[in-house]
Amino acid sequence: MDYVIAVLVGCFVGLGVYMLLSRSLIRMLLGVVILGNGVNLLIFTAGRLTQEIAPIVPGGLDHPDGPIANPLPQALILTAIVIGFAMFSFLLVLAYRTYQALDADNTDTMRVAEPENAPNPPLSY
Amino acid sequence: MAADNVPQGMIETVTQLADWVIVMPMLLCLMGAALLLILRRTVGLGFALAVMLVAAIIACETLLLFRVVEHGPLSMTMGKWLPPFGISFTADVFGASFALAAAVVTLIVLLYAHADRPANTAGDGFFALVLLLLGGVTGSFLTGDLFNLYVWFEVMLISSFGLLVIGGRPIQLDGAVKYGFLNFLATTIFLLSLGLLYGLLGTLNMADILRVAPMANPAAMVGVAALMLLAFGMKAAGFPVNAWLPASYHAPPAAVSALMAGLLTKVGIYALLRTLVVLLPATREVLEPVLLLVAVATLVLSPLGAIAETNLRRAMGFVVMGGIGAVLAGIAMPSLTGISGAGLYIFHAMLTMTGLYLVAGLIERQTGETDSRRMGGLYASSAPLSIVFLVLILGAAGVPPMLGFWPKLQLIQAGLAEANWNGSVLVVALLINAVLTLIAGSRLWAHIFWRADVTPVSPPTQHPTRLHWLATGLLATLIIAAGLWPNPMIEVAHIGAGDMADPTRYSNAFGLAEIAP
Repeated sequence: MDYVIAVLVGCFVGLGVYMLLSRSLIRMLLGVVILGNGVNLLIFTAGRLTQEIAPIVPGGLDHPDGPIANPLPQALILTAIVIGFAMFSFLLVLAYRTYQALDADNTDTMRVAEPENAPNPPLSY
Repeated sequence: MAADNVPQGMIETVTQLADWVIVMPMLLCLMGAALLLILRRTVGLGFALAVMLVAAIIACETLLLFRVVEHGPLSMTMGKWLPPFGISFTADVFGASFALAAAVVTLIVLLYAHADRPANTAGDGFFALVLLLLGGVTGSFLTGDLFNLYVWFEVMLISSFGLLVIGGRPIQLDGAVKYGFLNFLATTIFLLSLGLLYGLLGTLNMADILRVAPMANPAAMVGVAALMLLAFGMKAAGFPVNAWLPASYHAPPAAVSALMAGLLTKVGIYALLRTLVVLLPATREVLEPVLLLVAVATLVLSPLGAIAETNLRRAMGFVVMGGIGAVLAGIAMPSLTGISGAGLYIFHAMLTMTGLYLVAGLIERQTGETDSRRMGGLYASSAPLSIVFLVLILGAAGVPPMLGFWPKLQLIQAGLAEANWNGSVLVVALLINAVLTLIAGSRLWAHIFWRADVTPVSPPTQHPTRLHWLATGLLATLIIAAGLWPNPMIEVAHIGAGDMADPTRYSNAFGLAEIAP
């Protein structure tokens, strides 16, 4: 099972990187989401997969009775999902505002901050 | 209930009141940011409240620094669980002093921003975002847990996004797109490396990593460390992955770019120092050729960019990147002197780079231009400005008696003491960097101040207000004073470097639970 998910993580990351290499902002956004989900899945797998054993300590004991699912990766992923979602929303709004203000959703035509054919430095001094 | 067993994993004693100084800075930042957000429409309150909060943070961090210098690293764990289960905040000398420097820089930028902001900007949440940014930076410096570091990185990132786009001019949006995507990619790569590290070690607590890292598969650990090098290298703007910095730092108002130049890249490079030198020293040795290459390329190529650039604040961006190269050089030769030089350099860069951007903002304000080709003859109208600019640019190049001289001296000493040729290569690169930075800076100075007036400047020039002068003057005075009286600073940096080279005291401070491997 771990191996299947590891391959899936590879596919996610590969697809995410491919999308991020695009010039279109919308594709880059989708790439960010897919890459983020791939990473979340990776953390989940890194905690070792176990099936259907909830990490609950039975009453009267102070440690679990047998092997349990690892609860920590789930906490980590939950944090990462929330943060990733916030970042994605911000970037989405930013992309839309940029499209409105610069009339560009292609990174090649966004040249306000870094003008093309920048002037040569002065030769004096 | 088997009550006898419980204390093994739990903290039973109440945390000493004095230990709270380690979390107070973050608490003040986050609570303060929330308060400032609620009160953002109350005109005139934001600035006063933000200044008071940052002053309180400075007081806390001064106490923390004194404590850490005197008694060694200090740790506090959240909740009642002992580490590695509870999340720890741990300050050693480097972390505490950088956090203090960050707060001082923020205070100065707040003064400057107050003088600089247009009148009708109440309600944009600027002060809340500044506090949040400081919270993220301070948290990154003081945390003792790698996942927590990731969270603070994101806090820092989202607030810098906000600061970058306040005002919403097209150039800011353009810069923010590049900054946003590339930095978010960097933190995602960091998260990726964290996932793999957790899979290998089963822990993300720094002391616990120190304990179990030597037992893990070394080849896999090198892979993880390489990913971290890429992620933190991107955050710190090391050579091949630095395109976002000159694309975005000149876009926002001067105060914001000064804050970002002073704090953000330094956090990235500090994280690299912490992970590669302290936590995973074995993998750092394997990665040393890469580090060497990146350091030399960053050192030599960045100031060339500064020479070729005509936009004043973009040129400053290249100077900032050159400074990152110097710290990378320290990471590539982690002898005691090397680490202490790298630490001192981070401290110096926080002050000096912020100052450079503040002065650049004043120059832009006075000339109404952003391009140095259309500036000229400013010496006649503002001689003091030219002096402050000269002080800062000489400091960035590492000319005595400015603060920037001492870290470079230590780094060069460390390079000369290295037995192999790596050290010599780095020494040459550091010296080339100093000369090129000096050329770039003096060229800019000559163009802006010395040259005869180019063309009459079109918009009415705005002279700096008293508050502007207070902010930049304070920073320049600090830089000269620290440069003239460097002894306490160097001694503190040596203690810090000692704890980095031999992290026994650092990891003992955590008080790890006794757990079966």
